Amino acid sequence: MPLTETDVRWVEAPKLGFWDQLYLPAMVDGLKTTLGHMFSKKITEQYPEQEPTLPPNYRGVHRLNRDEAGRVKCVACYMCATACPAHCIDIVAAPAPTEWKDREKYPETFVIDELRCIYCGMCEEACPVDAIELTTLYDLTGASREQMVFDKEKLLSVFDQTTKAGTDPVRSRAGKLGAASEPPPQ
Amino acid sequence: MPQFDLVTALILIVAVMGGGLGLVAYLTLGERKVSAWIQDRVGPNRVGPFGLLQPLADGGKFFLKEEVIPAHVDRIFYVLAPAVGVITALLALAVVPVGGATPPPDPAPTVAAFDQAQADYRSKLNLVIAPGIDVGVLYVFALGSLAVYGVILAGWSANNKYSLLGAMRSSAQIISYEIPLGMAVLGVFLIVGSLNLERIAAWQETHTWWLVFFQPLAALLFMISAYAEGSRLPFDLPEAEQELVGGFHTEYSSMKLGLLLMTEFIHLITAGFMMSILFLGGWSLFGLENVSADPTVTAVLKAGILLTKMFLYCVFALIVRWTIPRFRFDQLMNLAWKVMIPLGLANVVCVVVALQFGAPLWVLTAASAGLFLVAGCIAVRAAGSITNPKRAVRKLPPGMPVGVTYAGR
Repeated sequence: MPLTETDVRWVEAPKLGFWDQLYLPAMVDGLKTTLGHMFSKKITEQYPEQEPTLPPNYRGVHRLNRDEAGRVKCVACYMCATACPAHCIDIVAAPAPTEWKDREKYPETFVIDELRCIYCGMCEEACPVDAIELTTLYDLTGASREQMVFDKEKLLSVFDQTTKAGTDPVRSRAGKLGAASEPPPQ
Repeated sequence: MPQFDLVTALILIVAVMGGGLGLVAYLTLGERKVSAWIQDRVGPNRVGPFGLLQPLADGGKFFLKEEVIPAHVDRIFYVLAPAVGVITALLALAVVPVGGATPPPDPAPTVAAFDQAQADYRSKLNLVIAPGIDVGVLYVFALGSLAVYGVILAGWSANNKYSLLGAMRSSAQIISYEIPLGMAVLGVFLIVGSLNLERIAAWQETHTWWLVFFQPLAALLFMISAYAEGSRLPFDLPEAEQELVGGFHTEYSSMKLGLLLMTEFIHLITAGFMMSILFLGGWSLFGLENVSADPTVTAVLKAGILLTKMFLYCVFALIVRWTIPRFRFDQLMNLAWKVMIPLGLANVVCVVVALQFGAPLWVLTAASAGLFLVAGCIAVRAAGSITNPKRAVRKLPPGMPVGVTYAGR
């Protein structure tokens, strides 16, 4: 739809009165504001001493969830690796052990390069069995690049650590595989 | 010309230099702290208790940083500029009384009377490096305008467009604001009858009421011009971090940058001293400075009062910095030439007329208030066109006749 002349509203700057034109009252107003802030409560968080309280949907380090039996929930469907825009997830699938009746495959290795990851959370969105989740762990450091490449054991240990500490309870379908996990054909 | 003691002068030089530079260091911390408090933050608090050792860490960092002299600069002037800036800034402190001082004796009719006056003068404590300089304020202003050389040399020799832009702005700004600065103190000279800083302070001590009560408009003009002279916000166009990187000191690094940054704070301290002595009564506080009969206590009291006034001025400047946004360059020039210089001139005329007809000094207070209100009325009548000239607004896109519609973007 074309813009007509009547659609354009020309706004003029408001006329300043005598009080405004004296300029000093406005300055005093400004000084009142700044002085008020000078003595108001400070909002600084003294980080190392004072830890931030993070919202539960904070996107920090990943973890691989365990099911009730303590096995990795992942079914190696590659959906997270496909969804990942940074290509930081590397999975090698293998046939699930025969005693695992609820799934066909499991990840033999599951590696996330935490340095490549952009922490967008799309892997968590994509996962059909709620096996991968992002935790509120944010203070992640390493002495080398290799240390920042997390393998399956490390990711599972993040799960143990965060659930034990109670900072990140398992968010969805605790301990159960999602509907998308099919049992292997008999 | 009074004689003075060389040893006292040397001790004072060391004290003023050390104290002044120490205060500069702590003003940098103060600036960061005040800005933090105003922005609801805490500010530097990790180095030492409450961050009090932060200036030492900053200074040490300046010394340890790599000194980079770019290949494209004019080396001689590039190296000279920070020195010129700091030296001219520091020299201004030579005539400023940093505590109580006695005005120099008047010329005596006989040699005996002269010697008597000199001996009497020498027996008093004078906390001035160079006491009895009768051109006192002129000397400070002269050095204040020399300060622009530091900025221009830095900006031009750096061979960088941002530096040059900053230096150009600075030269125009400092030269423009010299005039209202001089106009503002002219009234003070006329009332006191001397340019000597000790005399001006002593006049206010004997009259109890400070000159700010008789010359409030001049005090305001002086303060605004002093901010502009020292390139303090809201007049920090020579630096203008957001648009000119660092302005005239863009190409500087290490301690040369430190010196250029220090210069600004030395100017602030000088302005604080000048404001306190010229308008805020110097070392007098409505007779409180003379409560003790002991001369030592009195000297300490006077120095304390003067330094407190100077310090409060500096703190006020820090708060103003974080309150008022920077002026645009045309607004800056309009403020100087169309508002402050006419007001200053009118103020001088008022003082001359009042003194000529022997009117009481309180008339000048009323005259200042009247001038201020008249200026406000003129500003209302001009509807902002003085400091903020209107440009013609085309109400249609160019080349588009009336009635023709144009597609929205």
